[in-house]
Amino acid sequence: MTAVALAAQRPVHRRQAIPDYNEEIVRRFTVATVVWALFGFSAGVVVAAQLAFPNLNVGEFFTFGRLRPVHTSGVILAFGGNALMATSLYVVQRTCQVGLWGGARLANFLFWGYQAFLVIAFAGYVMGVTQSREYAEPEWYADIWLTIVWVTYLAIFVGTIARRREPHIYVANWFFLAFIITVAVLHIVNNLAMPVSIAGSKSYSQFSGVQDALIQWWYGHNMVGFFLTAGFIGIMYYFVPKQAERPIYSYRLSIVHFWALIFLYIWAGPHHLHYTSLPDWAQTLGMAFSIMLWMPSWGGMINGIMTLSGAWGKLRTDPILRFLVVAVAFYGMATFEGPMMALKSVNSLSHYTDWTVGHVHSGALGWVAFMTFGALYYMVPRLWKRPLWSVRLVEWHFWIASIAIVLYITAMWVAGIAQGLMWRAYDTFGFLQYTFADSVAMLHPYYVIRLVGGMLYLAGGALMAFNFYMTVRQPAGARARSVQPVAAE
Amino acid sequence: MASNQTEPKGHAIIERSTTLLFVLTLFVILIGGLVEIVPLFKVQETVRPVPGMRRYTPLEQIGRNVYTREGCYTCHSQQIRPFRDEVERYGHYSVAAESMYDHPFLWGSKRTGPDLARVGAKYSNAWHVAHMIDPRSVVPVSIMPAYAFLMNKPVDPEQFGAHMEALRKVGVPYTQEMVDRAADDIRAQASGEDADAMLERYPKAKLGDFDGQPDRLTEMDALIAYLQVLGTLAELPPIDTKVEARP
Repeated sequence: MTAVALAAQRPVHRRQAIPDYNEEIVRRFTVATVVWALFGFSAGVVVAAQLAFPNLNVGEFFTFGRLRPVHTSGVILAFGGNALMATSLYVVQRTCQVGLWGGARLANFLFWGYQAFLVIAFAGYVMGVTQSREYAEPEWYADIWLTIVWVTYLAIFVGTIARRREPHIYVANWFFLAFIITVAVLHIVNNLAMPVSIAGSKSYSQFSGVQDALIQWWYGHNMVGFFLTAGFIGIMYYFVPKQAERPIYSYRLSIVHFWALIFLYIWAGPHHLHYTSLPDWAQTLGMAFSIMLWMPSWGGMINGIMTLSGAWGKLRTDPILRFLVVAVAFYGMATFEGPMMALKSVNSLSHYTDWTVGHVHSGALGWVAFMTFGALYYMVPRLWKRPLWSVRLVEWHFWIASIAIVLYITAMWVAGIAQGLMWRAYDTFGFLQYTFADSVAMLHPYYVIRLVGGMLYLAGGALMAFNFYMTVRQPAGARARSVQPVAAE
Repeated sequence: MASNQTEPKGHAIIERSTTLLFVLTLFVILIGGLVEIVPLFKVQETVRPVPGMRRYTPLEQIGRNVYTREGCYTCHSQQIRPFRDEVERYGHYSVAAESMYDHPFLWGSKRTGPDLARVGAKYSNAWHVAHMIDPRSVVPVSIMPAYAFLMNKPVDPEQFGAHMEALRKVGVPYTQEMVDRAADDIRAQASGEDADAMLERYPKAKLGDFDGQPDRLTEMDALIAYLQVLGTLAELPPIDTKVEARP
């Protein structure tokens, strides 16, 4: 009935032939997402192994210090970035009923330009080229290149929206747009630096000390807020209703939580600098806004999860929908934990410990990656016009990855809280009870558990890659090997 | 786009206009950053001057660049918080002026290893060399990578003037004399010979051969020179941790 009603509402011109979508570029970004996923997860396994077994730090190029940004950029910028580009370009074309602005050539420049940026960045990290700014490690020449690429992305996205054949800009595109605009602003300001020479890689930050720290964490926290949150909420707003075959729960809630989220997030950066020499007023602002941020975050979570109203039964049979919904649930959990850790009293214990690492990973593994997996499983059969090779393998991926997250997060919770407590413990004589080395020795078993979790997560990603490979290899128009859950109903 | 007969109202006006959505989004995301960041450059008390702070010597700055390059900040913070346990473990809590010449800041966000804000002068050069070559030879439970290769990485003193020019452009008040004499100052600090002029430019600089290889100037010299100055410059009043309550 709703379908009929919707069709009746459509203006006449929408009944024309299907617009000239650029699906090739989405396929490329999809392949890149899967390849970089395996790369980023593998780098994570390597650095986790180095923390558990320090002898795995080999020579000059293969140390934790140089590989850690390979992992973080590999997951955030490479895996997450390609996932965002794949999904946003898929979604913007369909929700605007129009092909990409700028044509295939500009889209191809975006694809190859972004991959080139990533390769330049990773090659630099291993050789020790870094600005030391977390999640903004690439040096000035890579930053300039990324600026060009990112402005291209913005132009393609905005240009496509501007010539849409739908009267309204769909809610997913608000979030994608906010993500692209904000990342541009963050990237340009945080990377202001003076190169030593035009022929060398080294530069010095335009800012120093306190100011530099706040600008970096204004950037760092909003890479979480916009790259890893707003962008992925954009994914949620398209793929959850599509896979659930239900409309978004509340239009009004999406408006309120969009504006509240993008306004409040920007303020939260100083919670990374609690009790440092950053002025107290800035720390207090960061804490207060972090707590306020809980509300729009949960507004988004509620809107995503409640979209399943009347379709909860699908969770039993549809592992793709389960990826998407569990992602939203992890989003809810991480956005509760985040404001809690932004409280100065909690932060005094949690900061500098592995609790923070655990928190980041409940967001990265649970929210960002699960949302991506769900979207990829949705898109791949449609992009290659072949049924997914195996839904059972998706089930395996889901459960392996879920167990991996549980191992990872619980190990880091225990490790982090124990670290924090040991550092502040006093004995009955009023002396510090533990040396720092004691706390390091304590961590070993938890680092091993975390490593196992990471390896399982990587194994799940490998299953997905295999499933996609087999899917694409099928002849066009192949029939489903195992029955699609939706068809089973 | 005029397919709907009814006039759009409320939020529909925004979500039907690319320009409006773009401009409003940009406006909304700029507010918080501006309110928090701009005052840090304007309010004088943000960085209260502390006696004893000086610019890094060229050798220390080279060491700082090695510290950055190797990602030491991924496991070591340089920011002591004002808690009794941290002050007793590491020393006086960090104050803003101590990182006023730090381009970039290296406060870190994780303590996989201990804080290094005041590691200067706590260990001998020989300890640092042994620790860098094989961390587990001096701290058996350490999980730090070995940095033995720094012993074989030469430092070219002649190349550093350009770095000091760049640092001067971003606000570090190196004088022209400091830039011109960079190579001499590097040699003087790493050898301890003819260091009077250098010490005048950079008071309290630690002198001598840092890496135990007197005939060579290596990145190990530079890194240890940097580590040995950390936290030793600012003259801060002592804290009586017995009376100061934890916040």
